Amino acid sequence: MQKMKLVMVGNGMAGVRTLEELLKIAPDLYDITVFGAEPHPNYNRILLSPVLAGEQTLDEIVLNPLAWYEQQGIRLHLGRKVVRIDRVKRLVHAEDGTAAAYDRLLLATGSSPFMLPVPGKDLDGVIAYRDIADTQAMIDAAARYKNAVVIGGGLLGLEAANGLMRRGMQVTVVHLMPWLMERQLDEVAGGMLRQSLQERGIRFELGAQTEALVGEARVRAVRFKDGREIPADLVVMAAGIRPNTLLAESTGLHCQRGIVVNDTLQTVTDPRIYAVGECAAHRGIAYGLVAPLFEQGKVCATHLAQFGIGRYSGSQTSTKLKVTGIDLFSAGDFMGGDGAEEIVLSDPYAGVYKKLVIKDDKLIGACLYGDTVDGSWYFKLLREGRKVGDIRDKLMFGESSLGDAGHQGHSKAAAMADSDEVCGCNGVTKVTICKAIKDKGLFTLDEVRKHTKASASCGSCTGLVEQLLMATAGGDYSAAPKTKAMCGCTEHGHQAVRDAIRDRHLLSIDEVYRALDWRTPNGCASCRPAVNYYLLSTWPKEARDDPQSRFINERSHANIQKDGTYSVIPRMWGGMTSSSELRRIADVVDKYKIPSVKVTGGQRLDLLGVKKEDLPAVWKDIGMPSGHAYAKALRTVKTCVGSEWCRFGTQDSTKMGQDLERALWRMYAPHKVKLAVSGCPRNCAEAGIKDVGVVGVDSGWEIHIAGNAGIKTEVAQFFVKVKTPDEVREYSGAFLQLYREEGWYLERTVHYLHRVGMEHVKKRVLDDAAGRKALWERLQFSLDDEPDPWFEFEKAQVDLRQFEPLRPVIPIVEAV
Amino acid sequence: MNEEWVAVCRVEDIPVLGARRIARERGAAVAVFRTADDRVFALLDRCPHKGGPLSQGIVAGDGVACPLHNWTIGLADGCARGADSGCTPKFAVRVQGGRVHLDAQELLQHALDPVAA
Repeated sequence: MQKMKLVMVGNGMAGVRTLEELLKIAPDLYDITVFGAEPHPNYNRILLSPVLAGEQTLDEIVLNPLAWYEQQGIRLHLGRKVVRIDRVKRLVHAEDGTAAAYDRLLLATGSSPFMLPVPGKDLDGVIAYRDIADTQAMIDAAARYKNAVVIGGGLLGLEAANGLMRRGMQVTVVHLMPWLMERQLDEVAGGMLRQSLQERGIRFELGAQTEALVGEARVRAVRFKDGREIPADLVVMAAGIRPNTLLAESTGLHCQRGIVVNDTLQTVTDPRIYAVGECAAHRGIAYGLVAPLFEQGKVCATHLAQFGIGRYSGSQTSTKLKVTGIDLFSAGDFMGGDGAEEIVLSDPYAGVYKKLVIKDDKLIGACLYGDTVDGSWYFKLLREGRKVGDIRDKLMFGESSLGDAGHQGHSKAAAMADSDEVCGCNGVTKVTICKAIKDKGLFTLDEVRKHTKASASCGSCTGLVEQLLMATAGGDYSAAPKTKAMCGCTEHGHQAVRDAIRDRHLLSIDEVYRALDWRTPNGCASCRPAVNYYLLSTWPKEARDDPQSRFINERSHANIQKDGTYSVIPRMWGGMTSSSELRRIADVVDKYKIPSVKVTGGQRLDLLGVKKEDLPAVWKDIGMPSGHAYAKALRTVKTCVGSEWCRFGTQDSTKMGQDLERALWRMYAPHKVKLAVSGCPRNCAEAGIKDVGVVGVDSGWEIHIAGNAGIKTEVAQFFVKVKTPDEVREYSGAFLQLYREEGWYLERTVHYLHRVGMEHVKKRVLDDAAGRKALWERLQFSLDDEPDPWFEFEKAQVDLRQFEPLRPVIPIVEAV
Repeated sequence: MNEEWVAVCRVEDIPVLGARRIARERGAAVAVFRTADDRVFALLDRCPHKGGPLSQGIVAGDGVACPLHNWTIGLADGCARGADSGCTPKFAVRVQGGRVHLDAQELLQHALDPVAA
């Protein structure tokens, strides 16, 4: 079969990324031709600034060498500018007469610099800052001339100025506005930036209007409106870029601040023609940062591949400056204004300035100078539109002030040694991350996570990883559409899946996958357990559990260990045990030669190193209920000895804990759930770091919720004070049922509470008495008659075949 | 010499989207997997990453996610997918009359020594 013809006009980062995505999913669909106006293969345009500054070389920034095009069978026309598109005959024509026919056309023409329309703009020595040729011209000029003027004090202009200064030129930046980078920084931060650049030797003319560039053949000086002249042997125009739409307009495609495309990146005029990158205007915005352009490329590729899935719904962006040694970050509406409140930290002496803008209890903008490690956290809060009332007092001090661990308190990646650990969860060092970024050509945080696992677990080192990404590849973090897909199998987020299961009364994983157009036939190890949980928690006694969609621990009802053996933790109600239980445990340890016995933090005993074959017999011989220590379920209720023994105890916390545990055990949840009950405010049972922490006081019980002693220590928040043990059970149970019904899979109570807000939980559990009782009843209904998987195998659907390996009889085979 | 096929179990002895372990006299166990459409594959029961027992993983499509660190291993080639790299030895499988057969020679001799752990 004849392949379809795909022609791409433009050979830059967004376009080539689109081809890469396309070749990944449909390698043989198209015969591909690429036209590039520049004589170079695809290179990393973002890194031109480090090249100019002498920190990298041109060779190092090539992304796809010529050999790549050859390997992919792409016909590459370099140095040939396309000047005409014939949409009727479906032909593109280049300046030199080369023509190519297309079935699908991809426009990736990027953007052009805006040249100030002043007299003298065509003199020698007046250039823009856009491509390798411009960069080379600047490098050459720096070797021969002394005075440079950069017009434009934005991101690009300052990077150019810094580079030229590093190459020995005397640089003056001319900027029309009263402060630098006014679209990214407020006046204070802009002033600090100027100060810092001035100290490096750059001069500034702020509020200055350029009237003319003076000179005969080559530029000699810049003249301002007020008549002053400053010497200039080189003038770099960096006053902005415009989407390059000339070609598209001439062929009749609708353009408005870019080539107008829909959510599938098709031009609205001609469905055979797609546009991605800086030339495309999506919902009125032409993006200039890598992450959104790559996102566009991904979506565009799926449509070119005729999968017809995926939509691009826009990105929010943030900014960082690529000038070594200067850290600044801004995102959102950092200027504030009507109805907005500002929190400002200013320490000019230390070179640190941070401004957070809050409106309607949400972070809407951030501007950071000098310390940007929390930029990504602020950006996340901003994107998610999360209410910040509960963390407002700590907001300014960053994510680490909320409790942090794993990277030794480092906040500046540049100051870390190569061998320092950046990601404590996965043991990833700085050098490993940098190497992966370079060798594998990574651009986005997600890619770094996939390849190195850095920041892929707890995420507390995300800021550091982003700094490394920024320094190494020039990547930015203008991440992601607003709702994050559950996994690669679907475009739907957790909430959408939960809603669909409830609203459409879906009862099996297959039904969910069909109803929501899953991309894979049976999901993956990430979405299947989640969907299985959503079905069971939404339709208890109706949806049927699918053990094959559970992680091994919940299939074998024990915890898998690194050597493939298992651990067994029997339930000890409220941490109480007896001589006969201990005796049985001791006998089992001897009989099955179990190598280790450990006292757990949850006041139970852990038998480690049990062979899988022995599990059923071990359970039987111990004769105690399953501790569910292996499950996303209620684990323990930790208690202190309470008023029964303790001379300070005010309440019988042990009994309260045991009653709670008996009421809640076998309760599966989005994640593990741990409770504690202390008999007095001295809190020996550590109720302050539990999902539900109950503290006895003289007049009753205080209930705290959503504490966590994990990666980030989170202190539980006071929820309510009640009088009786019955109320403790009802209120705790209602909160947990709400979490079970609304939580996303693998979301601990603390993250659930952060997401929905304390107000919401209080409204549902405290203010609405009937609703609370209904929640508590639904939980009891779910738990009623649930089996103990260690004893009721059939009812719990425990597949006993897993405990017996097959032992085939192998006939004697002659030796080879 | 002639190939000797050994019957190890029936297809239905393996859970759909699941696995069974086959113990061997010498060497690590072999895992036999069954996909949703009843295809059967066999791999050494050892993840190329840290040696996790693949038979205990979650099977989806024609891959299995290792229970230890969630690497996804292709059932047909035994190789890690996505950004991870490494392969575990695969074993020939023949299904006949609903019975799963492995190659006796392979069961006795294939992948006996731990590949650099």
